[in-house]
Amino acid sequence: MIVAEPKPIAEVAELIKAGRHVLVVGCGECVTVCQAGGEKEVEILASALRIQWKIEGLTGTIDTQTLVRQCEPEYVVELAKKAKNADIILSLGCGVGVQFIAEAYSDKWVVPGLNTTFGGGMVKAGLWEERCGFCGDCVLHLTGGICPIIRCSKSILNGPCGGSQDGHCEINKEISCAWQLIYDRLKALGRLKLLDVVQPPKNWRTARDGGPRKFVKLEAMIE
Amino acid sequence: MTTEAATKAAGTAPAGGNGRFATGSRLERVLKAGHFAVTGEIGPPQSSKSEKIIEYAELLKGVTDGQNLTDNQTAIVRLCSMAAAVHVKQAGGDPIMQMTARDRNRIAIQADILGAASLGIHNLVCLTGDHQTFGNHPGARNVHDIDSIQMVQMVRAMRDEKKFQCGQEMKSDEPRMFVGAAENPFGDPFEFRVRRLAKKVAAGAEFIQTQCVFDLNRFEQFMKMVRDEGLDEKVYILAGLTPAKSAKALQYMQTVPGMRVPDELIKRVAGAADQKAEGVKVAVEMIQAFREIKGVKGVHIMAIAWESIVPEIVEKAGLLPRPRVA
Repeated sequence: MIVAEPKPIAEVAELIKAGRHVLVVGCGECVTVCQAGGEKEVEILASALRIQWKIEGLTGTIDTQTLVRQCEPEYVVELAKKAKNADIILSLGCGVGVQFIAEAYSDKWVVPGLNTTFGGGMVKAGLWEERCGFCGDCVLHLTGGICPIIRCSKSILNGPCGGSQDGHCEINKEISCAWQLIYDRLKALGRLKLLDVVQPPKNWRTARDGGPRKFVKLEAMIE
Repeated sequence: MTTEAATKAAGTAPAGGNGRFATGSRLERVLKAGHFAVTGEIGPPQSSKSEKIIEYAELLKGVTDGQNLTDNQTAIVRLCSMAAAVHVKQAGGDPIMQMTARDRNRIAIQADILGAASLGIHNLVCLTGDHQTFGNHPGARNVHDIDSIQMVQMVRAMRDEKKFQCGQEMKSDEPRMFVGAAENPFGDPFEFRVRRLAKKVAAGAEFIQTQCVFDLNRFEQFMKMVRDEGLDEKVYILAGLTPAKSAKALQYMQTVPGMRVPDELIKRVAGAADQKAEGVKVAVEMIQAFREIKGVKGVHIMAIAWESIVPEIVEKAGLLPRPRVA
């Protein structure tokens, strides 16, 4: 899933300062799961912003709506009625959601309420961790199901570097060395031989280096 | 280059080049003649002033067989290693240019290798690079398009197969670099370090400069594993040495990721009446110990902020005069 976290409320207040009719939009997918931009967070943020406006003597309306998904036009159209009255739309979707709303409502000023951080998952209650770097050419079969592209701070394919110590990455003791994890797992599974192969330079064309990407599934196309 | 081809090339006399030697490197000649090699290190300044580089080159050139020029070490912006190498060369030294994968992609690395070769630089050390969060631009984006092992492979293919990384042929004048890499015997997982070294050798590394050794026991264990794999016959290993001015300096190094400094060593230097003199004594003893370890073919002295001590250490270790090579 896409993991995102709320921008500080002061920053959000600044983003909507010029608006008199603000529409706060939530998303029912990933950001609901990571408790950053679901219906609950939308209502809490809207209340907080209303209180702040009141304290500052500002007048106007702060309305809310949470979509099933912000990253699909058929749900984004559902905003039409409320969007009509809004001069600013504050999206609590991920970066994809913000852009889909901006594309659908091209005459509206759309601003992000979250910082979209990574592709990951919840490892325990209240803790989400990064797992996928979206490189477009998965190598997890070579590394025991542990991604060196995003979990190694240097994305090296022939690790570990010399900074790995006591299981930690050189940049921070809070970060596990991905290559230590890979080594331990392959060792436990009796597949260390995989690590004896010099992995060639990666073709980054499938990653963002090749420019914005598309996924085409012809049989899913209606026209 | 395939892994197999690289293993073969690393183990045998490399194709091309000038007769017995693959490159114009002095270090290559010293090592291939069977001498115990000595290399030094110069950290370029955080300015465009070349004087210190030239001063250290003058100091090191007669007492070492090559001088490393670090590439923005600890991710702090410094005068670039290629320009520094040219200053060393002009001062009569034999520069060993370091190159990290942190700041350049494969296009820039190959371009710099061609440029360096055109300036008469014959030695290259391929490194992953310290993470930028250590340095003075922690907000920088890192590159890591290729890693150090892939860099070794790339530069060997440029030299021996006259091929760019993309496979395209070089029309003429391939860069003839003597190719080195680093290895940290004190990194983890310890039992994998030697296997990873084998990958560097398979990729085509011809010499290795290790992370500074303070923990001799662990280094000896490491070298035993190196010999068990037969790697000492395939690559020239230069043991890293950092002379310490004081117990405080050692204490600091104990905190650096990837370094292991035994407490006893700190105690020994702390207890000395003259800590600097003790530091020299430790360094000389260390070199003597390295010479006793089978498979260690030289010493790489990284006298960070104490460059002036190198001649004294090399002399006291009985490594002067340096051999003359053709």
